[in-house]
Amino acid sequence: MKKNWPLWEVFVRSKNGLEHRHFGSLHAVDAEMALENARDVYTRRNEGVSIWVVESKHITASNPEHNGELFEPAQDKVYRHPTFYNLPDEIKHM
Amino acid sequence: MKEQLYKYILGIADNSLILGQRMGELCGHGPSLETDIACTNISLDLFGQVRSYYQYAAKIAGDNRTEDDIAMLRKEREYVNVLLVEQPNTDFAYIMARHFLFDMYHYMFLQELQKSQDLTLSAIATKSIKEVSYHLRFSSDWIKRLGDGTEESHSRIKNSIDDLWTYTDELFHLTDADKVMVNEGVGVDVTKLKDTYYTKVSEILQEATLEVPESKYFQKGGKQGIHTEHLGYLLAELQYMQRAYPNMEW
Repeated sequence: MKKNWPLWEVFVRSKNGLEHRHFGSLHAVDAEMALENARDVYTRRNEGVSIWVVESKHITASNPEHNGELFEPAQDKVYRHPTFYNLPDEIKHM
Repeated sequence: MKEQLYKYILGIADNSLILGQRMGELCGHGPSLETDIACTNISLDLFGQVRSYYQYAAKIAGDNRTEDDIAMLRKEREYVNVLLVEQPNTDFAYIMARHFLFDMYHYMFLQELQKSQDLTLSAIATKSIKEVSYHLRFSSDWIKRLGDGTEESHSRIKNSIDDLWTYTDELFHLTDADKVMVNEGVGVDVTKLKDTYYTKVSEILQEATLEVPESKYFQKGGKQGIHTEHLGYLLAELQYMQRAYPNMEW
């Protein structure tokens, strides 16, 4: 192929009730072919019950160079986790 | 009766074995990673079906024959697949045209085989038809994409449909074993599928902006074991390991 087909991201739900998770990417000329290719590439070992595909260009990603300002400030703010409450013993499943 | 049933099963299974081998040849050679995996998946679907048929045939034969003997150790003349499925992988358009022309038949055939009085055959048909329905979807899709694609893809798929058309009529011939099995309520009367087949194939071709070939000259012989020169080479590769190292397993 001289001209590459566009890239698509594949999301697969492995079981009903679970969320779709990113499984990988593949090439296809349109959404329909992307679905079929995803079926063959990512679900042939019985991995899924539902597939989403989206063309990669439609995904806006954060820039790794901005990781400092985006994510590092959260590292020392443990108080944002609700871990400072004393839970009565009677409460389960928290 | 037993012998006819055995022959009848091979008549179904050999098509899938030979086409499966053709699709398997694409492993690592498909036009893109995605189509490569798709074609080898299809190949494995077909081999899975073949195993069920040959296991059943081995049971019917009732001697020491195994499914592997039936698959690997017959001579060329003893394979009764249609000529269509043994045609070589000339280019991707040929591969898809061959597959499409067979899939349409295969799907319609399995629909009828599900109604067979023979419970094993009807169970295999019910299991296989889901796979084959995907094969048909995949190949029909490609016929439309290539036909309605670029000038080059259009001319390639047109040539392959024109060339392979001559092998389609044989799909609807009844062998002696077929006739016996149809009478027993076990086999499918494929002659009854013919009109619908050509109508459905024509619909897809038209959607793909392709003309339906008008040629009325058809090739036959595969069902009687008279094959084109391509089958010998295919079998040489398929059988090599069992011939060179008899009874080898892995």
